[in-house]
Amino acid sequence: MYEFELVKPASLAEAIEALKAEEAQPLGGGQTLIPTLKQRLAQPGSLVSLAGIPELVGVEVKGKVVNIKGATPHARVAELTASAFPALAAMADNIGDPAVRHRGTIGGSLANNDPAACYPAAALACGATLVLTGPEGAREIVADDYFQGMFATDLGEGEIVTEIRFPIPEASNYQKFVQPASRFAMVGVFVAKYADGVRVAVTGASEEGVFRWTEAETALTADFSPAALESLSVPAEGMMGDIHASPEYRAHLVGVMTRRAVAAS
Amino acid sequence: MPTISMTVNGKPVSAEAEGRTLLVQFLRETLGLTGTHVGCDTSQCGACVVHVDGQSVKACTMFAGEAEGADVTTIEGLAPGEGELHPIQEAFRDNHGLQCGFCTPGMVMTAADLLKRNASPTEAEIREYLEGNLCRCTGYQNIVKAIQDAAGRMAAE
Ligand SMILES: Cc1cc2nc3c(=O)[nH]c(=O)nc-3n(C[C@H](O)[C@H](O)[C@H](O)COP(=O)(O)OP(=O)(O)OC[C@H]3O[C@@H](n4cnc5c(N)ncnc54)[C@H](O)[C@@H]3O)c2cc1C
Ligand code: FES
Ligand code: FES
Repeated sequence: MYEFELVKPASLAEAIEALKAEEAQPLGGGQTLIPTLKQRLAQPGSLVSLAGIPELVGVEVKGKVVNIKGATPHARVAELTASAFPALAAMADNIGDPAVRHRGTIGGSLANNDPAACYPAAALACGATLVLTGPEGAREIVADDYFQGMFATDLGEGEIVTEIRFPIPEASNYQKFVQPASRFAMVGVFVAKYADGVRVAVTGASEEGVFRWTEAETALTADFSPAALESLSVPAEGMMGDIHASPEYRAHLVGVMTRRAVAAS
Repeated sequence: MPTISMTVNGKPVSAEAEGRTLLVQFLRETLGLTGTHVGCDTSQCGACVVHVDGQSVKACTMFAGEAEGADVTTIEGLAPGEGELHPIQEAFRDNHGLQCGFCTPGMVMTAADLLKRNASPTEAEIREYLEGNLCRCTGYQNIVKAIQDAAGRMAAE
């Protein structure tokens, strides 16, 4: 690791201020960033730790919306959304392993936007709103506009993911086909049914990162059953291929995981 | 260099550390507590698991400075006293839950975290909780058996 200064602000305002420094970068749970630093793939001047900022940790249920603060660890999300939004809780409870879930945060996952990460699928399927706070203040952006391809998002210089607002679906489920070595999703599908239609988001599969499977959404909005998906498939073209799974296999898994998610919703 | 203070195994400690100093380096190299192992150094194997404020974490994937003011427990702090073993450690010994022993500190610390949350886990729950702990020797069978045995001993206490 290259040398850097570890900064521990006590409030969000202090964190925003600290991020104005040259080459400063937020530190969430470090479960992605620390391995990256060890490989010398990043060279920040300072890391601004968000974990100890009380106003950035917690969950609030307001009517039909779950608001999750940006530095809330996965294990806390699992615990605090269990009754209001069980599909999200189950997803959070199945990320990596217990030690990763005790440190890794929702904001870090959404900022990183790993093409095989779980939270991007939940945020996109639910049409979640992200609150990004930076030197210019806070702004809101919907998940559809926030994700911009693998590892790419609308997050600007000096901005922090401070809150994520999930409208609670009438029915929902996340199915993850685990890549056993990394414990990330080989393919993961989040299905969310709302009064005005069904949304389906897929992670782990596409070279473009998380995406909505719109044909499945239309079919499921008309008939919310696995049978409605029988004649549908996604093309292998544009799917990721590696030693773990070919593009064809990933495309196949998208169909299987979506049907399972609908059946379990 | 900033000075970092925390409580380790019940004792207050204070020492200098760089921003990039990992918690596991601080424990092993600064404090000389070499019971916590480094297996992979890439967040995969769990040999470095310790408890920070009562939660299992990978000490190779946390900075020492992030544990400022925290209550840290390592494998050295688990036993109730000198010359004694914790029931989980005893159960590992009695059930052949270790061969080379390299993964054992992390296995025991993860098991302790599990049994605190769930006093009588099923075999499936034990295997699931050990997701982030790799063992190259035992094939896990006796580790799972040891944790089941430990759960029974702790319930009887
Ligand atoms: C063994 C292992 C298994 C895993 N399995 C899974 C899995 O199954 N599914 C899954 O989804 N993920 C998995 N992960 C990733 C894990 O969920 C990470 O915790 C997560 O991707 C990153 O979150 P973090 O808080 O650790 O962020 P960090 O590692 O601290 O940061 C990651 C990036 O986000 C930035 N950042 C952090 N927080 C914020 C914020 N609030 N606002 C703006 N930028 C921020 C950082 O600057 C950095 O660029 C796994 C990780 C490991 C080590
Ligand atoms: S040494 Fe920390 S997880 Fe392997
Ligand atoms: S006993 Fe050798 S690695 Fe587990």
